[in-house]
Amino acid sequence: MSPISPITAPTDIAVEVHDVTVAYHRRPVLWDVDVLIPAGKLVAIVGPNGAGKSTLLKAILGLVPLASGKVEIFGRPLREERGLVGYVPQRESVDWDFPVSALDVVLMGRYGRLGWLRRPGPADKAAALKALDDVAMRPFADRQISQLSGGQQQRVFLARALAQDAMLYFMDEPFAGVDAATERAIIDVLRRLRQAGRTVVAVHHDLQTVPEYFDHVVMLNLRLVASGSTQEAFTHENLQKTYGGRLTLLDQAAEAVRRGGPL
Amino acid sequence: MSDVFRLLTLQDANTRVVLLGVMLLGLASGVVGSFAVLRRRALVGDAVAHAALPGVCIAFMIIGDRNFIAFLIGALISGILAVVCITLLRRYTRVREDASIAVILTAFFGLGIALSRHIQQGGQYSGAGSRAGLDGFLLGKAASMVRQDVLAIALVALVVLLTVWVLYKELKLLCFDRAFAASLGRPVIGLDLLLMLLICLCTVIGLPAVGVVLMVSLLIVPGAAARFWTNRLSTMLVLGAAFGAFAGVLGAGVSAVAPRLSAGPLIALAAAAVFALSALLAPQSGFVWNSVRRRRLRSTTLVQNYLRALLELDEQRAAGVHSNAQLALKRAWSRVQLARAGRIASHAGWVAVSDAGATLTPAGQREAARVLRTHRLWELYLITHADVAPDHVDRDADALEHILSPEIVADLERRLIETGRLPALVPSPHPMGPTSAEAHA
Repeated sequence: MSPISPITAPTDIAVEVHDVTVAYHRRPVLWDVDVLIPAGKLVAIVGPNGAGKSTLLKAILGLVPLASGKVEIFGRPLREERGLVGYVPQRESVDWDFPVSALDVVLMGRYGRLGWLRRPGPADKAAALKALDDVAMRPFADRQISQLSGGQQQRVFLARALAQDAMLYFMDEPFAGVDAATERAIIDVLRRLRQAGRTVVAVHHDLQTVPEYFDHVVMLNLRLVASGSTQEAFTHENLQKTYGGRLTLLDQAAEAVRRGGPL
Repeated sequence: MSDVFRLLTLQDANTRVVLLGVMLLGLASGVVGSFAVLRRRALVGDAVAHAALPGVCIAFMIIGDRNFIAFLIGALISGILAVVCITLLRRYTRVREDASIAVILTAFFGLGIALSRHIQQGGQYSGAGSRAGLDGFLLGKAASMVRQDVLAIALVALVVLLTVWVLYKELKLLCFDRAFAASLGRPVIGLDLLLMLLICLCTVIGLPAVGVVLMVSLLIVPGAAARFWTNRLSTMLVLGAAFGAFAGVLGAGVSAVAPRLSAGPLIALAAAAVFALSALLAPQSGFVWNSVRRRRLRSTTLVQNYLRALLELDEQRAAGVHSNAQLALKRAWSRVQLARAGRIASHAGWVAVSDAGATLTPAGQREAARVLRTHRLWELYLITHADVAPDHVDRDADALEHILSPEIVADLERRLIETGRLPALVPSPHPMGPTSAEAHA
């Protein structure tokens, strides 16, 4: 594993989301969200199902139309800074029976800088193989993607993002449904990205690992509940506000498991 | 018979031209259709093809005579209009895509049929309608194609192929991961429309040879057939093109010899034959090899369970002969299955079968112990690694060491030893490496 080349972010604020509202078929899924995401941190977006976590990522990336508000990446409109941005969609969002190999998928991470007409060359292939190496998937480069396990597919997606060599990454549930080895591999990559000055914004489901994995947390439930360093914002009170009654159930479950008793 | 000879030797200049045109058509349709299959646009392609008919008729009514270029433009416009209607319906109403396709396809095709009947019966076009080959546009009439038609077809086919070649990378990205393509700033809506336009173009140049009703067979079937043979997109496109060209030439060729048969149905049949052969015979995903593999897995599982049951009886009672009745208590086996398992196992030298029942041979004991060990390891793995296990579990016990890492196998073995459930491996007459648990001990 070779180190990721260090970069200094142009501004302290990686993303500025200003009064963003998104609606699908007139039903709002994000309501007046106002949030600053600091550069060089690992940032978790947490919230219950249907809270608009993925939608917030898509809104920042310009993948869904904004009903109102604006988004800035390092102080400029996204359109001007696309080259700085990497994206890991939800694993279920694509057809894994598609006739491509793991290497083909990772090479797609180079398409942004290749533009429309140039084809991937030896330098791109080398970068893609290095990215596969970084997630310990080099031996699977030529496998068709349907022959990979769920965790391996997730690592291929992560490798594609690494091949983008972006300054700011958006990841939609990178830890969903992966095995322990993959989870370790992913968090290892995220930490190395941070070390190299990159910013990672990830939708995250597992509340238990938030303090261990992330520096900064954005708590969302249609509207912004809280945002700040994990130490300050990831409090029981804010969790209650974000998850409402659902958290009590989670609490009881965690409590019961700790005591080793039944629910 | 001389017709066939003339066709095969390509003596007739017109036949040569027609077959060349159909071949180019098949190449372009096969390539574009492969993308349509991967982007799940097969039904939209069908709608576009049917929707081309009113455009052709209106073009004829405006020009008043047969003009292939005018027909192409008319068909293109109404085809695109149909796609726009389908997209609008899906986006702005609660009608789902399949229903919108059905609505638009039938509306446009109904209009097309009505217009073509009007043209063929109406006084002002007397006779011109059939001369224009409008009925040929329904089911295809390759023989009525003239040199200019073929030139237009060839030109459009080349433009289509060139576009795909230039934008190969972008189309691949669009079809695999549209959201990611959009995050790179690619105009995905534009690319989707471009793919639609390519489908329209193929459809339109296919009209004289294949007709609106069956054009989708040349568009979609070759790509769907190609998918069986390969896991590489580039290979799939080449195969799709080859299948398309083959089906087109075969269908149009037969139709040229037997002019009473429309080319469209013949081309559709040829494409269907290619598809059927692919679905049956393709080595990775074809039906035949799949059933062979399934059958093989069934007998492996049957014999493994049989050996396992015999060994468990050895453990519970005493080593020796176990009757079928005793075996039947262990598992829901039919007599036929038991007989089959005994036959295969004794053939492999693992059991000795007599009238009284079956006995494990030393080789059989070893094999049974190995099977039992792997089964128990899999069971334990399912329990201890419940979060990820279903992703890895392979029904065939033999695959354990290929799928799980040696550390996991060693850890599982240790747990089996602790609970006394690791079957003793009977020493082999052949030198064997230590099991991973022993290696770690």
